[in-house]
Amino acid sequence: MVDMAALTKLHASPITATRVKARRRAETRLKIYGITAIFLAALALVTLLSSVFYKAAGALTESYINLPVTLSAEEIPVDDPGSANFGGLTKDVMKEVFPFVTSRRDRRDLYGLVSSGASFELQNKVKADPNLIGGVITFPFLLSDDADLYLKGFFGTLTSEDTDGALSISGNVTEVGEEVQLFSTANDFVAEVAVVKELLLIEAARVRADAERQERGRAVFTERAQAASTDEQREKLIAGATGYATQRDALNARADDLEDRALRPGGEEPLSSETPSLLLEVNGGWIDATRVSATGLVGEVVVPLFSDADAAPGEWVLHVMETPENARKVNDKQVIWLETLRSNEATETTFNWRFFTAGDSREAELAGVWGAIVGTFFTMLVTFFLAFPLGVSAAIYLEEFAPKNRFTDFVEVNINNLAAVPSIVFGLLGLAIFVTGVEFEVWGREIVIGGFAPRSAPIAGGMVLALMTLPTIIIASRAAIRAVPPSIRDAALGVGASKLQCTFHHVLPLAMPGILTGSIIGMAQALGETAPLIMIGMVAFIVDIPQGITDSATVLPVQIFRWSDFPERAFEAKTALAIVVLLGFLVIMNILAIILRKRFERRW
Amino acid sequence: MIQITIFVVLLLTAAAYLTGRTRAVTAGGGALATLHSRPSYHGFYCAIWVLMVGIAAILVIAIIGGALIEARLMAAIAAADPTLSQIEIDLVLSDAQAIAAGDIASRSGDLRTAIAQQFISAETMRIWAVLVVGMGAALATFMVTTRQINREWRARNRSERIVRYMLVTSAAIAIMTTIGIILSLVGETLNFFANIDWQVWKYVFGLTWSPLSGVHSGEMDADKVGAIPLFAGTLMITIIAMLVATPIGLMAAIYLADFASPTVRSIAKPMLEILAGIPTVVYGFFAALTLGPAIRGLGEGIGLTVASESALAAGIVMGVMIIPFISSLSDDVLNAVPQSLRDGSYGLGATKAETIRQVVLPAALPGIVSAVLLGVSRAIGETMIVVMAAGQGANLTANPLEAVTTVTVQIVMLITGDTEAATAAGPAFTLGFTLFCVTLGLNFVALRIVRRYREMYD
Repeated sequence: MVDMAALTKLHASPITATRVKARRRAETRLKIYGITAIFLAALALVTLLSSVFYKAAGALTESYINLPVTLSAEEIPVDDPGSANFGGLTKDVMKEVFPFVTSRRDRRDLYGLVSSGASFELQNKVKADPNLIGGVITFPFLLSDDADLYLKGFFGTLTSEDTDGALSISGNVTEVGEEVQLFSTANDFVAEVAVVKELLLIEAARVRADAERQERGRAVFTERAQAASTDEQREKLIAGATGYATQRDALNARADDLEDRALRPGGEEPLSSETPSLLLEVNGGWIDATRVSATGLVGEVVVPLFSDADAAPGEWVLHVMETPENARKVNDKQVIWLETLRSNEATETTFNWRFFTAGDSREAELAGVWGAIVGTFFTMLVTFFLAFPLGVSAAIYLEEFAPKNRFTDFVEVNINNLAAVPSIVFGLLGLAIFVTGVEFEVWGREIVIGGFAPRSAPIAGGMVLALMTLPTIIIASRAAIRAVPPSIRDAALGVGASKLQCTFHHVLPLAMPGILTGSIIGMAQALGETAPLIMIGMVAFIVDIPQGITDSATVLPVQIFRWSDFPERAFEAKTALAIVVLLGFLVIMNILAIILRKRFERRW
Repeated sequence: MIQITIFVVLLLTAAAYLTGRTRAVTAGGGALATLHSRPSYHGFYCAIWVLMVGIAAILVIAIIGGALIEARLMAAIAAADPTLSQIEIDLVLSDAQAIAAGDIASRSGDLRTAIAQQFISAETMRIWAVLVVGMGAALATFMVTTRQINREWRARNRSERIVRYMLVTSAAIAIMTTIGIILSLVGETLNFFANIDWQVWKYVFGLTWSPLSGVHSGEMDADKVGAIPLFAGTLMITIIAMLVATPIGLMAAIYLADFASPTVRSIAKPMLEILAGIPTVVYGFFAALTLGPAIRGLGEGIGLTVASESALAAGIVMGVMIIPFISSLSDDVLNAVPQSLRDGSYGLGATKAETIRQVVLPAALPGIVSAVLLGVSRAIGETMIVVMAAGQGANLTANPLEAVTTVTVQIVMLITGDTEAATAAGPAFTLGFTLFCVTLGLNFVALRIVRRYREMYD
């Protein structure tokens, strides 16, 4: 017998109360772990998707500059407009807009603003409508990727600083490249000088750290010299220590100098490609500063001024580009040219249709995903028409006909194993059997098995993906067929249907929604597959839109892989946008599967 | 021309169906019930035979014809210039074929032009042969099968037998794929081992991986094919991935199986499925362009040197990829633990947490272990994340902040590299075979564990 009084006493005791509390706490802890895990997974998903979408936004638009083009009949023959030098014409147009750009290097930078594809577009426009020849048209020239990125603000934005003083100018202001001096009556450049001095301090700290390293080296060498066994060695080590000491002193002296410059008020500081750029707009021209002090600066004329007349307060603008020149792909001059074009309202930003209609290109601004989409379509077509009939047939056999024997067991083991084989191994299989062929020597004769599919063609890729998707489709189809209740089969067999009639006329139609759902999910997996297609050579650079299943092609995931490897900054956004397109297709397929399941799935 | 032949065969197939039907109806003589099989079965039987025979004839003639032509032309080349070696003969032949097709050949000459002429005439012969034989075979089958039709003809049983054979063949595709994988991998692997004089241990235990350095004549340097750096890199990334995926996946599964309200389940499960549905190339992009630089920046902020392609970034992202895998498998396993066990534990006064820790988890342990093993097998075989985010140089290190390379990365590099395909294939396929064996072994063990565990509660 349990002593109830003692039990009650125990249950009411503080020891029990603390223990119960501890047990409850353990439960809460476990719950918190679980919630944290789900939260972390959600966080990963959100971070992944938002970083992709954020990057993709940059590729949604493209930039043009609208410039007048004179299509003179002398340069462009009316009967054969395509033969004219449109590249030269494009350069002439740029020269006309910026007649003061004369040096070779500057010219090259200037032409670099416009995409190499722009002249082809002009050519196509003139070819399509030769009546334009002899007139002047305004043509939108596509900007190069770097110029486009600048206009979108990827390299930082040009900010205008407040200025109070009147500006006096001296020097030859009408010639590009000449040095001019500018003085303000107020301390308008104090903030900029401070920024430069801060950078000097950072540089000084870096040099000091360097000097410290030399000092450590000297210390080590000195120590070793004291412990050295022979005089020769000692001398060598001492010499090394002295060398370190000299370097240390030199570095320290430099750091001292830098710190001195940084801390001393006033004075003039040089600007370099590692400091922010100061661009001054006055009297209709632009000056790129090379040295700056609190009240004035020295700079180079980039766009000629009307005159060297003094500018009243508010009539001149100081622009600051925080991003140093060596951290962006457009130099100060290009910035100024683009800004003049922008202020003349010649630049235009439109939705980037080209991305969805063009094939691949090495130039970021010309590249598009249409070729990859078409390639994906053909590949998926092959995959579906191979994997679906084969998978469903295999499932029907295994569920409805297969006797329980060794063969059936072996097939099942194989299907389960294939579902887990790494995709890259399927790629190797495709490469060996479909593309190159496996050679055997039988009785002294060489026999080649396979090797019928052309490299990088959707047919080869489709076959590899079909083999990969097969297990998924078989497993899903078997589940769907198994879900059809036996009563249906019994009824069909009861009225005299053969086994095959029962299967094809009754079981299969009822299992179809489930089979299709599984197949679509399998196809969605295949759509995202990359590695096996790389193996069979679909990673080649293909500009043309494929026309059939035997043409060389690439697919979206492989395109993403290739672009992500390109060094051009603009490809990052393009890659992200291609990912968004791919995810869009996946979402559509999955929604289709969900709708199928919701609408046609029957519960028995 | 071949397309036309196939088209003609398809037309004949359609005609066979219609004829077979009509003949059956005529044979029935107005009383269809007296026929053994329904007319459409007669039609189907004729059509399927015509199609199979026609296509088979086309394939046989086209392939045998092609091989015959090649053999004859090679003999002709050898007869014209007995000094040529086999490789040169091949070259002449491919040049002649290019000339015949109007493409640009590597070299031209009288011999090549003559062979090209022969090739064109033989090729025309072959095309006509295909057309004639294919059509003839189909037509003959058409005549034979449609003539057999009478009241007693068991067309249904016969066509059903054919369909059954087709079903069996489809099921056997799985076996053929496995055989294909083994065939394609084993051949090159043996070649590779033969190239290093069967010093297999140098591949399995060697410390230097640089298989293509100094390869000129297909000779491998046996001292430079040590795959240990690759195995170590794969192992490190896998461990990092599993350190991320196992706790998160398992905890999420426990919460979803035993604590979560239906609402939370209905949100969290699809969320995990989305995570599972994201293509690996997207994970790779994220690892290479977002997480990699972020980790590098973080590391430099606290004074560590981090390679821009660190094992850490690739491992973490791979872990995220494997979370849904582990969580859904573990969820299934936890749900499969019989409710009676839980009820028994609750009945003894245990809290939910105690029940999970002391009853459910031990019961589900084999299943969880197999889920983790399957996750490991996934991580080992994963390609895109490591190709994009892990390094390419084979260096042996234990520091997760450095770049390491993996088996899959090396396969991709070897196959897509500039080296001649025949040379690079050896090491690549050997690595592929190793990968295949390891993942197969892991899956085998995992499935075994699951099966035994299932039997325990069924």
